[in-house]
Amino acid sequence: MIEIDHITKTYGDINAVDAVSMVIETGTITVVVGTSGSGKTTLLRMINRLVEPTSGEVRINGEPTHAVAPYLLRRRIGYAIQGHGLFPHQTVARNIASVPRLLDWPTDKINARVDELLSLFGMDPAEFRDRYPQELSGGQQQRVGVARALASRPDLLLMDEPFGALDPIIRARAQDDLKEIQRKLGSTIVLVTHDMDEAIRLGDRVGVMDGGKLVQYAPPEDIVERPASGFVANMVGDAERPMRLLSLIPVGDLTEDGAAEGAMLPDTASLRDALSACLWTGRDAVPVERDGAQIGRVTLAAIRHRVGQHA
Amino acid sequence: MGLTVSPPGVLFAVLGAASLLLPFLTLRANRIVAGEGAAPWEVAGPTVTIAALTAIAAGLACGLLPSRPWLRFAGSLLSLAGLIFLLSRGAANLLGDAGDLARVSPAAGFWCLLSVVMLLMADAIGGLQPGPRLRLGLLTLVLGALALLLWSGALNDLSPMQEYRTRAAAFRTATWRHVALALGSLGVAAAIGFPLGILAFRKARVRAVTLPVLSFLQTIPSLAMFGIMIPILGWVGATVPGAQAVGIAGIGFAPAFVALLLYSLLPVVANTVAGLGSVPAASVEAARGMGMTGPQRFWTVELPLALPVILAGLRIVLVQNIGLAVIAGLIGGGGYGTFVFQGLNQTATDLILLGALPTVLMALVAAILMDIVVEVAQPTLNRKNT
Amino acid sequence: MILRLALLGLLLGLVLRPHAFVWMFEPFAPDRSTAIYDRASLLSLSLNHLALVAAASLAATIVAVALAIFVTRPAGAPFRPLSRTITNIGQSFPPVAVLALAVPALGFGARPTLVALFLYGLLPIFENALTALSTLPPRTMEAARGMGLNRWQRLAQVELPLAAPVILAGIRVSVMIALGTATIGSTVAARTLGEPIIAGLLTNNTAFVLQGGLIVGLFAVLIYDAFVQIENRLLDRRRKPVARKVA
Repeated sequence: MIEIDHITKTYGDINAVDAVSMVIETGTITVVVGTSGSGKTTLLRMINRLVEPTSGEVRINGEPTHAVAPYLLRRRIGYAIQGHGLFPHQTVARNIASVPRLLDWPTDKINARVDELLSLFGMDPAEFRDRYPQELSGGQQQRVGVARALASRPDLLLMDEPFGALDPIIRARAQDDLKEIQRKLGSTIVLVTHDMDEAIRLGDRVGVMDGGKLVQYAPPEDIVERPASGFVANMVGDAERPMRLLSLIPVGDLTEDGAAEGAMLPDTASLRDALSACLWTGRDAVPVERDGAQIGRVTLAAIRHRVGQHA
Repeated sequence: MGLTVSPPGVLFAVLGAASLLLPFLTLRANRIVAGEGAAPWEVAGPTVTIAALTAIAAGLACGLLPSRPWLRFAGSLLSLAGLIFLLSRGAANLLGDAGDLARVSPAAGFWCLLSVVMLLMADAIGGLQPGPRLRLGLLTLVLGALALLLWSGALNDLSPMQEYRTRAAAFRTATWRHVALALGSLGVAAAIGFPLGILAFRKARVRAVTLPVLSFLQTIPSLAMFGIMIPILGWVGATVPGAQAVGIAGIGFAPAFVALLLYSLLPVVANTVAGLGSVPAASVEAARGMGMTGPQRFWTVELPLALPVILAGLRIVLVQNIGLAVIAGLIGGGGYGTFVFQGLNQTATDLILLGALPTVLMALVAAILMDIVVEVAQPTLNRKNT
Repeated sequence: MILRLALLGLLLGLVLRPHAFVWMFEPFAPDRSTAIYDRASLLSLSLNHLALVAAASLAATIVAVALAIFVTRPAGAPFRPLSRTITNIGQSFPPVAVLALAVPALGFGARPTLVALFLYGLLPIFENALTALSTLPPRTMEAARGMGLNRWQRLAQVELPLAAPVILAGIRVSVMIALGTATIGSTVAARTLGEPIIAGLLTNNTAFVLQGGLIVGLFAVLIYDAFVQIENRLLDRRRKPVARKVA
C-alpha cells in the first residue's frame, strides 16, 4: 500500500502540487490524469524523490520514503518514461539488467531474469537480447523500457506517459499488454497521462488533477457517471460520456434470461460492444455466451436503463 | 546505372597523363642553385622507363572500373610502385653523369602523379567502405611499405634523403621533440580541459565565462601566440624560484608547449560540453529514476555516450597541434619546424621538405588513427553498418 | 557595442599613429632599441595582409561553393565521396606545411602565401557548403519543385539562400585561418603583419612581437565578430515572422 499524505511542492509562489493525499492499493493500477501543468508529473516524481516534496510525506508499506537515501529508494521503484529513455550504447539485455546490476544480483540470475522478461513481453530472447535500442521499432523500445523498469521486481512501478510516443494502434496494444502483464505479476502501478481514454481503459482507480489539486480520485465508472466538478466532466467529454461508461461495464452485468437472434457476444465484452451490435444489425437484443454456450441475452432497453441510472 | 567507367577514375587518368608532361625530376649542380627539369621519359634508360610508365598507366586504367574497388586499390598500388621505381632508378641515373655536389629532387611532375595516385587510392578505399579493422590494417600496410622503402636505401640518391643523412641524429631528436610538443600539450590540455568541460556543462555561469575566453584565445594568430609566450614565460622563468630549474624559460620548449596548450583547450572543453549535451535527456532521467548515484550515472551513461564527441575534439586538437608545432621551430622549441625554417632561411628546398613531409605524414596518420578510435567508441553505429 | 568601438579605436590608433603608443610598448623593448616597428609602415603591412587574406578567401569562396554546387547536382554525384575524402585529408595538412611546400614550387614572396591561403581556405568553405546543400529540408525542396521552379531557379532562390548562413560560417572559419596563416607568410618574405613579429623574435624585441600580434589579434576579433553579426542577422530574419505571430 502506498500512502501519499498531504504532499505539496512549491516553486516560488506557485503550488505545483497542492496538499494531495491518496491511497494506492497493492496490486492495482492507479492512473493520474490531467492537462499539462496540472502537477501530475511532479506528483509522480515526488514518489521516487526525483522531486523532493516541500511538505507532506509518502509512505510505502508504512515506511516513509524520506527515511531511505533517494538512490536506494529508486532502486526499489520501477520507473518508465515517455520516449523510453533506453541507453543507446547498451544492448537490450544490458538495458534490462540495469537495476539488477545496481543491486549486485549474480550474473546467472540476471540473465535468467532478462530472458524471462523478454519472453513475457513477447520478444524472443535469442533474437533481441543483443540488439541495440536503435534497431528496434517504437513499440519494441517501449516494451523494453517497461521490462527494464520491472526487472528487479519492484514494489511499485511509476510510469510517466509511457505510451505518449506511440502511434494510436500500437498504443492500444501496448495498453492491453500492460494490463495483462500487471494482472499476471500483480504489480502496483501508478501511471500519469493526459489522455482520459487511457485513464479509463487502464485505471482501477483514476485521479484527476487540475492546478496542482487532486479534484477527484475514484474508480473510472464514478469519474464518468459522477464527475466531481465541471473540469472533470469536461475532461471526460459530455458527448462521449455514455459511450465511455458503457465501455467500462461487461455484458455479463446486464445479462438476463431470454432468447435473442443473431451472432452471440462473450459475456466479457463491454456494453458498448453490445450497443454497437444492436444498432448495426437492427436488433433489440443480443445473445450472450460463455465458453461457447448461450447464457442469456442483453437488451437495448436494459442498456438504456443502465445509462440513465447515473442521474 | 549503366555507367561503365568511374568519373573520378577518368579525372585521375586525365590528370595523371597531364602530369607526365611536367618535369619529373630536377637536377642541380649543387644544393642551393636552381636546377633543370627532366621529363619522365628522359630520366632513365628505355627498359626502366617503359616498365615504369606501363605500370603507372595500367594502374590508372584499373581506376576506371567503377564497381571493382579492390581492383582499383590494387591499381593504385601498381601505379605507386611504378612511380617509385622510376624515381629511384631515375635519380641514380641522373646522378651518374653529374658531379659530386649534384643533387636530384622530385619535381612537380612526380608530386602531381603522387597526389593523383594517392587520391585514386583514397577513392578506392572509400569505395571499399572499410571497417575500423581493415582501415588499421591498410594504414599499417602503407606505413610498413614506406618504412621498408626508406630502409632499403632505394631513395638514398634523392636530395631530401641526403639532407636527412647529414642530420640523422638531429632528425631523430626533432621527431621526439615534435611528438612531445603535440602529444604532451594534448595530454595536459585533456587533463585540464576535460574537468573544466564537465564543470562548464553543469554550471551555466562557468560556461558563460570559459567558452568565450577560450574562443578568443583561438583567434590569436599562432605566430603571435608563440611570440607572446616568450616574454611571459621569460618572466616566469626569471621570477618564480625553481622555474628555471625545470626548464621554463622565454625561449625553447616551454613557450611552444604553453602556446599549443592554450590552443588545445577550446576544442577539448567545447567538445566535452557538446558531448555531454548530446546525451539524450531521457536516458539521464531514466538513470536517475532507476537509482543510479551521481558517479554511476556519469561513468556508465553520460561519459560513454559523450565519448565519441569528446574524442572527435581530441582528434581536432592532435592534428592541429602537429601542424602548429612546426612554429616552435621559430622560437627554438625544436621539432620539424627547425628544418622548415632553416630551409626557408637558406632557400634550401630539400631541407624544407625534410621538415614539412614528416609533419604532413604525422598529421595524416594521427587523423586516420583518431578517426578509427572515434568510430570504435560508437558501438551502436558499427553494428548498424554491418 | 562600446567594447567593439573601443577595440576598433585601438586598432586604428595602432595602425595609423603607432608612435602614440610608445609608452605602452617601451617596457617590452630591450634598452636602446626602438619600441615601435619602423622598417615598414604598419598601415601598409596591414593593408597588404588584409588584401592577401581577402583575395585568397574570395577565390576560395567562389571555387569552393561552385564545387559544392557541382557535387550536389546529379552530374557531379560520383565525385561526392572523393570530394569528402579530399576535404578530410586536406584538413589534416598543417597550414604551415602547406605554406612551406608551396615555396619550392612558387618561390618566395606573396605568391606561395596566396596559393597556400587559397588551398587551405577551400576546405572549410567546401565542407560547410556541401553539408548545407545536402541537408536542406526535404519538404521545402519538394515544395519548390512542386510549384514549378526549374533547377536554376531552385538553386538561386531556395537552395543557396537557405544554405547561406552555414556557408558563411565556413567562410568565417576560412578567413580566420587565413588571417593567422598570412602572419606566417612573412617567413617566406610575404609582406604581412608577421613581419614585426618575426623581426621581434630575431632581435629579442618583444615590443615588435606584441605590436604585430596585437594588430592581427584585433583584426581577427573584429572580423570574427562582424561575421557572427551577419550570420545572426541572416538567421534572425528567418525567425522573426514566427516570433511576431506568437507575440
